[in-house]
Amino acid sequence: MTEFSTVDYPAVRSCPFAEPVEHTRLREQQPITKVPLTGGGEAWWVARHAEGRAILADARFSKDRSRPNYPMPGFDEAMRKQFRMQPPSMNSMDGSAHAAERRAVLGEFTVKRLTALRPRIQKIVDERIDAMLAAETRPLDLVPTLSLPVPSLVISELLGVPYSDHEFFESRTMTMVSGNSSAEGRSNAMKELTGYLGELVLEKASEPCDDLLSRLIERRRQEGDLDLQALLGMAFLLLGAGHETTANMISLGVIALLEHPAQLAMIKADPGRTPAAVEELLRYCTIVDLGGTRVATEDVAIGGVTIPADDGVIVSLLSANRDPEPFPNADALDIDRGGRHHLAFGFGPHQCLGQNLARLELQIVFDTLFRRIPALRLAVPMNEIPFKSDAPIFYGAYSLPVTW
Amino acid sequence: MRLTADTGLCVGAGQCVLTDPAVFDQDDDGIVALLTDQPEGDAANRAVTAVAVCPSQAITIIEG
Ligand code: HEM
Ligand code: SF4
Repeated sequence: MTEFSTVDYPAVRSCPFAEPVEHTRLREQQPITKVPLTGGGEAWWVARHAEGRAILADARFSKDRSRPNYPMPGFDEAMRKQFRMQPPSMNSMDGSAHAAERRAVLGEFTVKRLTALRPRIQKIVDERIDAMLAAETRPLDLVPTLSLPVPSLVISELLGVPYSDHEFFESRTMTMVSGNSSAEGRSNAMKELTGYLGELVLEKASEPCDDLLSRLIERRRQEGDLDLQALLGMAFLLLGAGHETTANMISLGVIALLEHPAQLAMIKADPGRTPAAVEELLRYCTIVDLGGTRVATEDVAIGGVTIPADDGVIVSLLSANRDPEPFPNADALDIDRGGRHHLAFGFGPHQCLGQNLARLELQIVFDTLFRRIPALRLAVPMNEIPFKSDAPIFYGAYSLPVTW
Repeated sequence: MRLTADTGLCVGAGQCVLTDPAVFDQDDDGIVALLTDQPEGDAANRAVTAVAVCPSQAITIIEG
């Protein structure tokens, strides 16, 4: 059997949408195996969909980042430290503590509540496209004109974070997740952002408004449990997870659709097919490959191996989503595939809280953009787009020149 | 077909509601609520999908 030296992170995708060749080989030859990690340490690499899903749904695997072997591939020591110092949130909790945090805001993200936001999101998207159409010069960069402002506006309105501060919170978030920031830059960005959100939470505690954070504060107050640190953790998590992710997915989705004109034509002709297309784009792009990192809390026998207690585990969401077993011809984009069992939002108790908000934003953006600017095209060849192949957390594009 | 939904296990992902809003609903706190526990025909097929995509194994088919 071939020995694998390391699984490099950030993983270099041979073509912007292909999975790294090393991932394919691991999945075919050593679907669960211990690998050394870029930046130090080791972890079990879980390559296939079936075992990946089982592990993510299994309470014997912990998301507690303070555990010594919590896998953070591609992170240097400074980044590991910083990642551990993030304000605690549901994203790093287990069991009943996790459920209590998540359930405190779950009601804000029901399919019904989000459907009621549709007209507002549509208006936000239309205004951004008005601005694109009014621009005097082309090509223009889709990232700052559409991909980023749409999710950023939506999440800031929902949370009650003033959008006038968007340049502040977007740039700090970008510094934290970008591949080319210095350790000091990252740590300052985190301090500034947590300082800002800490003050915002205090303001809302004294002067509640009609927004998610105010409602959460009120709920906690009634329960007699007004923990400002926990509120800060929630605000930090929702703001960050709510804009960078969807922004990357908008950019990559636009590129993927432009590269597959026949499938783009299908959704242009029948927007009823857009939800299925969004689902397939989520699978195909898998922007949060590392969304399935865990630590085993006891020995677990799975897929012919025993993962010992305290070992780190990486369920590669990208590898699971390119597994030909559940997704025949997995490297092809096929909006008719019916692949809702993808793991782009993870699986188990931590499955993305904002998934239906993301779905709604993506559907509205793709439908509206290609309806209002049907001749939209890339302004540079795809291999000149700066993909985030150096970014350890979210895959995407740093900029996206388009024209029409 | 008969279904049950375990509100203790549910993590409010809403995947079931996306699958069939005539069978699955979420209460104000985001937790699953069955609108019927006996879906028939196409709705029964969709319920099988809902069971498969639910991230928390909260929905169970208790009778064929
Ligand atoms: C296309 C866009 C998005 C993708 C691909 C995505 C992906 C993910 C993934 C993979 C996880 C699971 C992590 C794990 O299991 O360890 C997750 C968790 C989470 N996501 Fe998203 N996400 C997206 C958009 C959003 C949005 C818009 C929000 C807005 C609120 C959000 C909020 C969260 C939260 C709060 C968690 C943690 C849930 C928990 O730990 O229980 N996400 N997301
Ligand atoms: S899919 Fe499962 S976890 Fe999600 S709301 Fe329905 S029952 Fe709950």
